[in-house]
Amino acid sequence: MPGLVYYSSASGNTARLVARLGLPALRIPISPEAGMPLPEGPYVLICPTYADGQGRGAVAKPVIRFLNDPGRRALIRGVIAGGNRNFGRLFASAGEVIAAKCNVPLLYKFELAGTETDIARIREGLAKMGLETFRGAPCLTP
Amino acid sequence: MKDAVVRAPLKAINWNRMQDDKDIEVWNRLTANFWLPEKVPLSNDVQSWATLRPEERELTIRVFTGLTLLDTVQNTVGAPSMLPDAQTPHEEAVLTNIAFMEAVHARSYSSIFSTLCLTREVDEAFRWSEENPHLQAKARTILADYAPGADPLKRKIASVFLESFLFYSGFYLPMYWSSRARLTNTADLIRLIIRDEAVHGYYIGYKYQRALEREGEARRQELKDHAFALIFDLYDIEQKYTEELYDGLGLTEDVKAFLHYNANKALQNLGYEALFPPAACEVNPAILAALSPDSENHDFFSGSGSSYVIGKAVATEDEDWDF
Ligand SMILES: Cc1cc2nc3c(=O)[nH]c(=O)nc-3n(C[C@H](O)[C@H](O)[C@H](O)COP(=O)(O)O)c2cc1C
Ligand SMILES: [Fe+2]
Ligand SMILES: [Fe+2]
Repeated sequence: MPGLVYYSSASGNTARLVARLGLPALRIPISPEAGMPLPEGPYVLICPTYADGQGRGAVAKPVIRFLNDPGRRALIRGVIAGGNRNFGRLFASAGEVIAAKCNVPLLYKFELAGTETDIARIREGLAKMGLETFRGAPCLTP
Repeated sequence: MKDAVVRAPLKAINWNRMQDDKDIEVWNRLTANFWLPEKVPLSNDVQSWATLRPEERELTIRVFTGLTLLDTVQNTVGAPSMLPDAQTPHEEAVLTNIAFMEAVHARSYSSIFSTLCLTREVDEAFRWSEENPHLQAKARTILADYAPGADPLKRKIASVFLESFLFYSGFYLPMYWSSRARLTNTADLIRLIIRDEAVHGYYIGYKYQRALEREGEARRQELKDHAFALIFDLYDIEQKYTEELYDGLGLTEDVKAFLHYNANKALQNLGYEALFPPAACEVNPAILAALSPDSENHDFFSGSGSSYVIGKAVATEDEDWDF
């Protein structure tokens, strides 16, 4: 199973989801002064969406700073994005931006701190994922 | 001797010295979201409106007067009532922005009415909104917690429930029409309101959680108990309101699933766990799709997502990316 790296702002929704997953996870700090975590192996990134009305700025600055480092970026294997469906077409769009930028699959979208169903699906999905990458994997969806 | 009296200085707001970064983040999002009903070509729905059966039209107008009432309450009472308890000057500015936007929301329902409906029908619906016991009960329940001297944190709880829960028995209907290709411009306008309410519920809930951090264990428990008791009371009213409105179209059960789903989201905005189990929250996929059109469902894990997005171009203009 890949490791987990996540970001959550002061409202803490993503942090609550990650806590309920009950899996070890590295947190990207909110403060620019705090040190960035150094993942030791492949990981899945979990982060919320903060777009403006046009979709810009969907990925939080600390997440961008984290991914700007080529070493850390090389280990990302997928992204799980949080958001709120009430943002319409921009629902969890941070996941789409990161998937496109890093060429990894957007594995899952969830709202706020996630539901029981989300937790179960994410746990199962991560467990099945193994260590090989999804890079170039065909679309499984109908 | 007026000048001799020592007074605290009156302070001008300084947006270059933030105490809470959420204030500016939310301010920026809310101001970027600003819109007016005139921007939405509602008149394109005139033909579609004519295809609705009389009882469907009556239901739609009633639902919109109900939403107007809640926006009126939040505009004139709810958002202003939180001003004295604001922790930062920027929070006050955000709350006044919220208050104003509620006036825009309330006003926009009247734009829909003047574009689509007969004055007589609309007058009848406003009368209905004043006489409907369930609608009146939900507004009154919230207003009781907004009253002068009320507990400031209970005010925030009530406010989050209004923003993130009580609107949804109404929002369901335009999403339903939109899923059947009816009143699609009206639905576009409602989606703008829904997006605003998402930020409002988020922000008030966030401020509530910050305030809770300063409270002791007993008080936290009291507030949590209060929140769950209140959502039960409101749900009870919403159930009856929903039955009265939607039984005729056979949509009540569908609406209730939507209510459960939104009640859980409202509780999450306050930092609490869900109340309704997943089985009670299975919202009709057509309604979810109407909420976030073009936003594909993603469950790559189970292979049920409808699109796979590696490499799909998205607006990423952001100078912070290095690659
Ligand atoms: C200013 C602002 C903008 C947001 N923009 C979006 C958005 O474009 N799309 C979305 O799905 N959610 C959006 N959200 C919702 C957040 O992604 C959601 O509340 C998330 O749970 C926050 O996670 P966190 O508490 O871990 O920071 C926005 C929230 C705020 C406050
Ligand atoms: Fe509103
Ligand atoms: Fe609102």
